[in-house]
Formats: sequence, C-alpha cells, structure tokens
Amino acid sequence: MIRKSQAKLGAFLDKAEKPIQWLITLCGWSSIIFVAAIFIFILKESWPAPLTLNWGEFFFSHRWIPVPAEGNEPTYGAMGIMYGTLAITVVSMFIAVPLGLGSAVYISEFATPKLKETLKVLIEFLAAIPSIIWGFIGLVIMGPIIQKVFGVAVGVNLLNASIVVGLMAVPLIVSISEDALRAVPDSYREASLALGASKWEMIYRVLFPAAKNGLLAACMLGVGRAVGETMAVWMASGGTDNIPENFFDPMLLLERVKALTATIAGEMPEAVNGGEHYQVLFIVGIVLLTISVVINVVSDLIIKGFKADKA
Amino acid sequence: MADDTQAFSIRVNDYNLWYGDFQALHHVTVDIKPGIVTSLIGPSGCGKTTLLRSLNRINERYGNVKTTGEIKILGKNILDEDVSPATLRKNVGMVFQRPNPLPISIYENVVFGLRSHATRKELKKSTLDSMVEEALTEVGLWHAVKDNLKRRATGLTLEQQQKLCIARLLPLKPQIILMDEPCSALDAAGIERIEELIAELKARFTIVIVTHNMAQAKRASDECIYMYLGEIVEHSPTAELFVNPKEEKTAMYIQGRYG
Repeated sequence: MIRKSQAKLGAFLDKAEKPIQWLITLCGWSSIIFVAAIFIFILKESWPAPLTLNWGEFFFSHRWIPVPAEGNEPTYGAMGIMYGTLAITVVSMFIAVPLGLGSAVYISEFATPKLKETLKVLIEFLAAIPSIIWGFIGLVIMGPIIQKVFGVAVGVNLLNASIVVGLMAVPLIVSISEDALRAVPDSYREASLALGASKWEMIYRVLFPAAKNGLLAACMLGVGRAVGETMAVWMASGGTDNIPENFFDPMLLLERVKALTATIAGEMPEAVNGGEHYQVLFIVGIVLLTISVVINVVSDLIIKGFKADKA
Repeated sequence: MADDTQAFSIRVNDYNLWYGDFQALHHVTVDIKPGIVTSLIGPSGCGKTTLLRSLNRINERYGNVKTTGEIKILGKNILDEDVSPATLRKNVGMVFQRPNPLPISIYENVVFGLRSHATRKELKKSTLDSMVEEALTEVGLWHAVKDNLKRRATGLTLEQQQKLCIARLLPLKPQIILMDEPCSALDAAGIERIEELIAELKARFTIVIVTHNMAQAKRASDECIYMYLGEIVEHSPTAELFVNPKEEKTAMYIQGRYG
C-alpha cells in the first residue's frame, strides 16, 4: 500500500517538476520586476512633466512655489529641498556614526555576555519604534529643549531633525557594525594583545581595519535611512526650503529646512491629481529613488569587497 | 638565594586558577630555567595551555578567571596590581596554535609590537627597516619575502605565517617566548623547520612550549613538565622523563596508556 502511494506521489512530482520550477523562477525574478515596475509607475505618473520641466531651475534654484499667488507662474526650484535632505543626512551622520560605532565596539568588545544580550534586545527595540513616534519626540520634546538652550523662537529645525534622524539610524549602524566586528577572528585579538597592545590599540589598529568594509557598509545604510526618512523629518525639520548663505556658520543648524521626502508627503494631498504640481512631485520621487538605489549599490559593492577579503 | 633570578626565569609558586567554579590549576609550583626549551605535556584538559596562558596573563581576557598564588618572572610577581599586562607581554611573547598574522602587511606585522611600545622618536623608518630585516632573517623568512614586504601577511603559507609570528616577537626583545602547540597546523617539513628554529633561538630566550606530540617534546625540549588534571606530576630533564619516569602516572602516559 505504502509503496503504491509513494509511486503515485513520485509520478505526480515528476509531472509537477516543470511548473514548480517555473513558479520558483518567477519568485526569484519578482523582486527585479517590482523594482522595474516601481520605476515605470513613478515615471508614468510624472509624465509628461520630465519633457516640459525647466531642469535648470529644478536643480539650481530654490524657488519652490508650486501654488503661486494669483497671476504668477508656478516655479519648481528643488535645490532648497535637496539641500534640506543633504543637510539632514550629513548632520545626522555626525551624530549617528560615532554613537553607532561606539556602541557596537562596546557591545562586541567590552560588555559581559549578559549585558551584551540585553543591549542587543534594547537596540532592536529602538529599531522597532515607529517613525511617527520619533517625529513626536522631535516636535514635543526636542523642540522646546532646543528653544530653551539656544534661545530661538522655533525649535523644529535642522538640528532637531538631524538628532531625531541620527537616533533613528543608530540601531541599524550598531547591529551591522557589531556583526562586522564579531566576524573578525578572535585570533587577531589575541595576536595583538599578546604583542602588548592595549585594548584600545587592538580596536583601532586591528579590529577597525579588519572590519573596515562592514563598518563602511553600516554607515552607508545609515545614510540611506536618513535620506529616505519621511514622517519624523516632516515633523521635526520646520519645513522652509532656504539655503544658507554661509555653509560654515554653525547657526545654520538652527535654520528650518525642508526635505525631499517631507515635500512629497506634505504636498501630495493638496496637488491636483494629474496636474503639473502632482507630476513634479513624482519627479522628486525619482530623484529620491535614484539616490537610494545609488547608496544601496555602493554599500552592496562595499560588502562584497568585505566578503572577498575574507576568502 | 640571591641569584634566583639568574637560575630561573619563571618561578610559579602555589598557583591556583579557576574558570568560574571550575578549578583548572591546583597548587602549581614549578621553576623554569632560561636558555633551554621546557615542554608542557599531558592529556587534553590537563591545564597545560591554561598554565602557559597564565604566564603572559592573556587568560584574563575571559573575564571569569580567578587566581591565587604567585608567578615570578624575572624576579617580579606578575600578578601584582602594579604590573601592566602590556609591559609584561612585551617581555613574554607568545606563539599560537594556529598561525595568526594580523591582516596587515608583512612589514607592519613585524613592527606591530614596536609601534605600541616605542616612542615616536625610536620609530624612524631606517631603524624599523633594519629591525624588520633582522627579525625576518633570524627566522629564515627574509629571502622569501624581502621583495613583498607590503603584501598582506595572511597570504603566506602556514609555515611562513608561523615563522612570521615568531619574527614579530623579536623586535620587542622578549626574555621569554611561550608557544602553544606551534606546529599543530603544519606539515612534516614545516614542523621540522620550526623545531630547528626553536633550537636556534633557545640559547637567548626562555622557551616554554605546550605540545600534544610526545615525539616533539622528546626531540625539541630539554626539560619536560608532565601535567595531569591541573596538577604538576613530574618535572625532569626530558631524557630522564622519557626513559626513567619518577611517577607511575607519567610512565602510564608516555607508554600511551591514556591521554
């Protein structure tokens, strides 16, 4: 009996072999199809604005006036919002990279096993906090603190958004750098300690070079997180697309900024479906998508280098 | 007893070691002479590697280690609080079971220790260059690598890697070199050459070597310490220990009755 049913199953599987293969192939290709479909969809929604848009103005002017006063033409100068995204990314990385690498080093090299587990759970928890909560923290907690400390009228600004986004990127940086540090063979640690290196020397002369690619990839993914963050940035950045005149003036930290993501989220509900404003917002989406694809490809290449090194 | 430090470079006195609740070493008392090779033998888990790793305090990495007793190296108890592990390890070098060159260039491997211990002034390029050449020549590696000093050390053969791991100790001018089964990753030819190298180095250093391989202990060491279950059973000249062991347990081990 058993043998008979097994034979039947065998015959069925033989016949099903081809369709199953097809199905699996389809699954494998689906991610590629999705990415292509997203690009095509966004491009289609923006059409025909890419043909008619004044690209010079888009990239080099910061006059973003999609809904002008009566009698004026709308202008779509996106330089201000690109600056906003760039500024938030750069400043937030000044916070997230040292903090993230520092805690990764602490977790992988100094913490006792018990503490290590606790910290890792807490950091995962941090990564799971919804971005609206971070935005709320920026708006309600950080804002008033910044107002008091710096004596400014408005507490939502570049500094606020960068702190919030930086803290959001920390868990990602910590977990990937910790993986990279843990992947460094213990024999390297023993070798350097046995040569009389201090723990700190071991970390910066041996572990950092050995884990370099993984640490760089962690930072790149942190950058990706900062570029793509929407809700928290929207709530904590203030929403003005000014470009500072002097980039070395630290006061620019207290200026309000506006990011690409927040612009789309904020204006999409007001834009007339299919109208020019709507189409240009999709072009902004293409710019964002391009930035994140580039960041992902670069960090992927870095991680590949990291694997090749180990082989 | 004023010439203690000359007669013995390592004096272990009533040394006990626990990993958590497990006592790995029991009342170890042993004196090790300079200028010869002393081998530590015994079955797996007998504490020979633990004893070796106590001598440069690299054991402390594990965090749950507790010790009592005294280990005097060059007349100073290395377990005292004022002893810095870094300075200790400059004087007491270590070679590991698996060759572990650092993932940097051959050159940088050799000068790695110096960069930690010497002042910036002493690190002139010409000084470093000559030290690298001297150290690599001493281990017989100079001719093979002199044109590739900038190459990554991890690309060398295992035998070359192990020689490099010995060479990188030399610029620090250690008095003692600890070796934890230094040949176990090598082939027969490699073992022979590393043993030759040990024989060449031994006049100038105190060499302590842990080995599983009794034939190697016989060939390469002058004195032999047999350990069992965390205790020292016998410490004799190698020739004597293998021909005429004093203890019954030693006799059983060298006859291959256990271990």
